[in-house]
Amino acid sequence: MEAATHAEAAHGHAHGHDDHAHHPSGLMRWVTTTNHKDIGTLYLLFSLTMFFIGGLLAFGIRAELFQPGLQYWEPEFFNQLTTMHGLIMVFGAIMPAFVGFANWQIPMMIGAPDMAFARMNNWSFWLLPPAAILLVSSFFVPGGAPAGGWTIYAPLSTQMGPGMDLGIFALHIMGASSIMGSINIVTTILNMRAPGMTLMKMPLFVWTWLITAYLLIAVMPVLAGAITMILTDRHFGTNFFNAAGGGDPVMFQHIFWFFGHPEVYIMILPAFGIVSQVIPAFARKPLFGYASMVYATSSIAILSFIVWAHHMFTTGMPAAGQLFFMFATMLIAVPTGVKVFNWIATMWKGSMTFETPMLFACGFLFVFSMGGFTGLVCAITPIDIQIQDTYYVVAHFHYVLVAGSLFAIFSGTYFWLPKWTGHMYSETLGKAHFWLSLVFFNVTFFPMHFLGLAGMPRRIPDYALQFADFNMIASIGALGFGLSQLLFVAAIIKCARGGEKAPAKPWEGADTLEWTLPSPAPYHSFETPPVIK
Amino acid sequence: MISKWARYFLAALIPALTPAVAGAEGYNLQAPQTIIAHEIYDLHTLIFLICCAIFVAVFGTMTYSIIKHRKSVGHKAEQFHENTLVEIIWTIVPFIILIGMAIPATKTILAMKDTSNPDLTIKATGYQWKWGYDYLHEGVSFYSSLATPRDLVEDKTPDGARKRAEHANYLLEVDHPVVVPIGKKIRMIVTANDVIHAWWVPAFGVKQDAIPGFVRDTWFRVDKPGTYRGQCAELCGKEHGFMPIVVEALEPEKFALWLAEQKKLTAANAMASGSLDGKGVYDKICVACHAAGVAGAPKFGDKAAWAPRLKQGQEVLYTHALHGFKAMPLKGGATDLPDEQIKAAVDYLSAAGK
Repeated sequence: MEAATHAEAAHGHAHGHDDHAHHPSGLMRWVTTTNHKDIGTLYLLFSLTMFFIGGLLAFGIRAELFQPGLQYWEPEFFNQLTTMHGLIMVFGAIMPAFVGFANWQIPMMIGAPDMAFARMNNWSFWLLPPAAILLVSSFFVPGGAPAGGWTIYAPLSTQMGPGMDLGIFALHIMGASSIMGSINIVTTILNMRAPGMTLMKMPLFVWTWLITAYLLIAVMPVLAGAITMILTDRHFGTNFFNAAGGGDPVMFQHIFWFFGHPEVYIMILPAFGIVSQVIPAFARKPLFGYASMVYATSSIAILSFIVWAHHMFTTGMPAAGQLFFMFATMLIAVPTGVKVFNWIATMWKGSMTFETPMLFACGFLFVFSMGGFTGLVCAITPIDIQIQDTYYVVAHFHYVLVAGSLFAIFSGTYFWLPKWTGHMYSETLGKAHFWLSLVFFNVTFFPMHFLGLAGMPRRIPDYALQFADFNMIASIGALGFGLSQLLFVAAIIKCARGGEKAPAKPWEGADTLEWTLPSPAPYHSFETPPVIK
Repeated sequence: MISKWARYFLAALIPALTPAVAGAEGYNLQAPQTIIAHEIYDLHTLIFLICCAIFVAVFGTMTYSIIKHRKSVGHKAEQFHENTLVEIIWTIVPFIILIGMAIPATKTILAMKDTSNPDLTIKATGYQWKWGYDYLHEGVSFYSSLATPRDLVEDKTPDGARKRAEHANYLLEVDHPVVVPIGKKIRMIVTANDVIHAWWVPAFGVKQDAIPGFVRDTWFRVDKPGTYRGQCAELCGKEHGFMPIVVEALEPEKFALWLAEQKKLTAANAMASGSLDGKGVYDKICVACHAAGVAGAPKFGDKAAWAPRLKQGQEVLYTHALHGFKAMPLKGGATDLPDEQIKAAVDYLSAAGK
């Protein structure tokens, strides 16, 4: 509290003539804002909206798969649902959510007044809504939305109607937005840290985002290249991926997954960062193995560039290729294991309490690790040959992306909501949200392991009878999981509108810089940098 | 050394856990029918059990900590935050465990890749949306399509659900299964005609992407006569869920009989398809899309849809039909038909659209 008052006083002194929150009001505030907190809020709200649109599509998928037979959709529309669910969740929900966290938290956690490029920050956000509109509007053009899977493998994607072009343009715009956002984050972290905050004193969330931003800058152009080649194959007579014209369909997969595998870590490293802030705060004990956490994160990022072809074991690569990519992939288990062990060692002999952020962090540890184990199973090439493109893989990546990334996003949201809104959220709502999400998540996705092992391919609108029971269970779970997310919205709205006043530092064990600011954090913070000893 | 250790580990654990791991059909990999599928099955069991053991150890520790080291039971936080020895141990031990997994996996990979000296070679070609099979050197070729009636799939009445439930091998049956002899090494050459498909029979441990313009191979040797079912495993468009694979394994004598009969049939078919007229080609090929207007195809006899197309002239329509256009695959997917017959079908379609 003392530190907070001090920061406040320094702030008032520097800007005595000015209102703390001097900005246009109404809609124009949000359109023209260059403030990292406003932009962070915009990112988070955008992501929440896309999360519900993507969720609606998932409802459509699970409704069709509730029982055998074609009940609601034509197969073509079903493929559009799975494709768009994937694209929207990856590029519209998970990625922007983490950028939202970065915008809100990184300047406050390193003692900077704002992001380095404030106007570019505005531009990177405002590219997203038009991209999302392009993407979603593809449902309404002749031929419908992209239906080739979120991986848009050629040559299937060259067959699609104009919806595919809209999807490609949307991805281009989102990619540009991500690259700008990443450049901004890297510059901010490297140049705007408070005096005394060396790299190895940065909070782990900042570290994980620094590494993620580098990954994004490295791979988003690769995706842009791949989809541009699809575009020219479709319209300008090139034959990059058309074997009849001397091209190679498998080359698309190599390029796509050279982007796609680092992309997986882009979606999980910031989650690791959030969990690494939450667990020490609620264990009231410093993070165990800070340095090894930094090294583990970096090794995961480096390894992510040499494992891409493990998505392609069934394309028929030479044995040497299969062996190399299997060994490299298995190696990732080592740094990932180190992280999990470090988190548990942080909890060990702490003094833990279990408010909602901690519950989600523990849920993350428990369920994400199951996704890690199935990842190891998938890494073993001969086993992967059996389970590639089955529901086992669907289960695996939902365990890491929903129970991993999404649970960490939930955890971070509850953790920082008091700082963002100035109010405590409702623990009752938060805990109900956690327990229902955890239970329904497992009801939805656990049976998919069995389905995949028993031989159910993914991306099919109808299935053989032996898969009926588990599909029915999964569909019921999906309905429950989706409805549980309304509690999340309720908790956010309730917290934003009022509630118990949050102190500057609502969590006893939290020790990063943002907690030295009052709650809600003032519109401009750290205009005079704090000094870290 | 390590794989020996792994074998002891398995030997000790499998009997104890078999009912849970392998007992119930539908919870685990399908019952393996080839040596490769067996190896994959055992590999999966080994890794599954190792993962379970690690899971119990790690999350047992976490659960213990959650119960004991909480503020509400008065536990005071200690402030340690590193321990070099522990950190080195938990980096090295997983590494060693991984090596133990990699050794048997490597052996299986090398065995899977050995397609040398086959007794019989069959080429599987993926089409949107059926499989074509060619018995190389035998002169036997046929297509294999889903046999489950579409009406049954789309029947939305309560009665439909019951009929589907009573329909054995729903969605996993074809009109012409691929037939192989037991006890022989079968080499599958896999390719595709339009987009990427994947030829997958779970019980054989065989899955190979079918890539247009490229050939890949894989192999299996099945020892038990029977019918084995799989599905296309790579998203290939709207009917991806409806192009199953059925392999019938016969005793070598029965297989020889079957093969002789097929040779006769193939010869007869070649004669018949030589005489197809425009209508015949339409009824066999074009009808799949042009009857209902699938994927933007102009419907048969729909004058409004045909008018702008007919304006382009017959030559343009021929070119589109022969070489493909937008969603229209080249020759409508029937690449084995001579150009003249495709042109006849175009004439037949455009006459109906005038």
